Amino acid sequence: MTSWQLFLLRVKAIARKEFIQLRRDPRMLFIAFMAPIIQLTLFGYAATLDVKSVPVVVCDMDQSMQSRAVLNAVTSSGYFDIESRVPSVRDVRRSIDDGDAMVGIVIPDGLERDINAGKKAHIQTIIDGSNAIYATMVRSYLERIITNRALDLSAVEMSRNGYKPYTPLDIQQRVWYNPTLKSRDFMVPGVFALVLMIISTVLTSMAIVKEKERGTIEQLIVTPIKPLELIAGKLLPFAIISLIDITLVTMVAVFWFRIPLHGSFALLFLLSALFMLTTLGLGLLISTVSRTQQQAMMISLLLIMPIILLSGVMSPIENMPIGVQYFTLLIPLRYFIVIVRSIFMKGSGMSILWPDALALAAFGIVLFLLSVSRFNKRIG
Amino acid sequence: MTGNPVEAINLRRLFGDFIAVDNINLSVRQGEVFGFLGPNGAGKTTTVKMLCGLLLPSSGSATVAGFDIATQPDDVKRSIGYMSQKFSLYSDLTVSENIDFFGNIYGIANSRLTSRKREIIRLTGLEGRENTITSALSVGWKQRLALGCSVIHEPKILFLDEPTAGVDPDSRRMFWDLIYNLAQKGMTMFVTTHYMDEAENCTRLGFIYNGKMVASGTPLEIKRTRMKGTIIELDTDAPSEALGILRDMPVTNEVSFFGRLIHAVTMAAPEAVPRTVDSITLSLKQHGIPVNRITTIPPSLEDIFISLIQQEDSREPS
Repeated sequence: MTSWQLFLLRVKAIARKEFIQLRRDPRMLFIAFMAPIIQLTLFGYAATLDVKSVPVVVCDMDQSMQSRAVLNAVTSSGYFDIESRVPSVRDVRRSIDDGDAMVGIVIPDGLERDINAGKKAHIQTIIDGSNAIYATMVRSYLERIITNRALDLSAVEMSRNGYKPYTPLDIQQRVWYNPTLKSRDFMVPGVFALVLMIISTVLTSMAIVKEKERGTIEQLIVTPIKPLELIAGKLLPFAIISLIDITLVTMVAVFWFRIPLHGSFALLFLLSALFMLTTLGLGLLISTVSRTQQQAMMISLLLIMPIILLSGVMSPIENMPIGVQYFTLLIPLRYFIVIVRSIFMKGSGMSILWPDALALAAFGIVLFLLSVSRFNKRIG
Repeated sequence: MTGNPVEAINLRRLFGDFIAVDNINLSVRQGEVFGFLGPNGAGKTTTVKMLCGLLLPSSGSATVAGFDIATQPDDVKRSIGYMSQKFSLYSDLTVSENIDFFGNIYGIANSRLTSRKREIIRLTGLEGRENTITSALSVGWKQRLALGCSVIHEPKILFLDEPTAGVDPDSRRMFWDLIYNLAQKGMTMFVTTHYMDEAENCTRLGFIYNGKMVASGTPLEIKRTRMKGTIIELDTDAPSEALGILRDMPVTNEVSFFGRLIHAVTMAAPEAVPRTVDSITLSLKQHGIPVNRITTIPPSLEDIFISLIQQEDSREPS
């Protein structure tokens, strides 16, 4: 038997054993196939930043046609719902403190009088800023609605005075790639990348640590099996499972969430496989430093959290301090996020994505070889 | 193959300052059942790990199946089988799947594996249990399967590390039948154990204590040459008191419990032994301790083992 035949025989034996064990372990089976789908579905619904049905508390002291017109503009936009109407500013405060409302609108007495007199009238808006990102968005929506109302009023006033109303600057806005600015179209591809990373890293590390935990690795290392054969046999099943997961998760994104996949699935599949070199490598690395499955789980979590935060999936990397921005260059997920989002939303091809793909390949190969050599030392 | 299947010369292994194995010399002959004895922590497992090519010696050398353990560990691993005291097969695989798996790992292609598997099943008596999930087997059957898997590639030498720990006596006997069966076919057996009755059944023995080989030879040789003095066995209803009195008597050294009995070693010349026995009986009677039975007996391996350990301990000034 040539050494290549021997290699194949052993790799196949380990991979087959791994599949048999997986088939008999409902918990692992669940993690492998159901968890990604459930995670993507949950995150897909939860991870939206869309401004929709924001609860508003109103203190309308004017009770006039003008004040009703302003409030009408706010609610008819569809972004805001008037939750309650209260008599005093103090009640507005309590409402926001209690979390019943996120926005308070206070219309002082005399709004209509001032408008009719041609004087500047005032409206106060109060926004709960505890979620800064969301508050910023809410503020700009609110500002736009009220400013539009003000422009309308001034147009009316101008035509009454015999002027032809006109706007000196007209903005022609076009939003590309995501015309309706649905945050889900942007978030789901990001979550797609996260789910893949978590599943392949955790499954790989657990599968190897399980052998240590149960003592079965002892029987393996007295055999003439080579570390590379062991690693290849161990990783092959999880690579295959991850590839199946890619397909499943893409299907959920496209058919359930109706996220348009503008680019090619083949390219997405290929580059995901490339990304998996880094996650399988990471899983292998974790397995060399853990002795029990719990340890492996804990270390995975500790590593995955900062990776996610620094990957740009949640907040743009451009907003991070410059030092941190450089640091994110070391995080493979960062490149994969760009790749996944570009393929989904922009339909980008290799001509645009090659630098990210190249970075991913470099990281994948280095990380993978590193973990393999470390694994070799640990086991040999 | 020339020479002995296992040959170790001045094998030594340190862990930091701790000497786990101290200049051990060993030779195991073709087809014998070699018993490697010693209390826990004596260096048994470290020695076995070195011989299996898993651990490099700090100094000294050894050959296993003619291959150097330091420079040809892969050849060593190919020529040996290993069965650990902890069950280390896959408990979520069936009997048959475990055999297939280890067969493939040892490079047995599927064409040959079918017939080899049938032989293993027959050898271990696992017929009818081929499709049982391993975790459902009793401890005794698990050990037989583990043995079967470790000889799937027909190794020249089989290392068994406390193979019968925690196995009921019936299964132990069946297991040893299996060991003899394989030895008769020419496979060399290297067994570590601390069951003395098992040691009596070995072709040859090595005693290891504090990392040193303190005795080796056939059980008979060891009994003849390594036992200094004569053993007096005492049966009494007040063993604790009797033990104290015997320890104070100048004619006896190394007094210890042996189950419910007391074993005392006397260094008296053979012709003076009856007189010593009489004086012990008299002394006990004076203290009001009834003697049910007192007699000299041939030493068991356990007696010798205890004696060797006591000699070794008294020699070490530390």
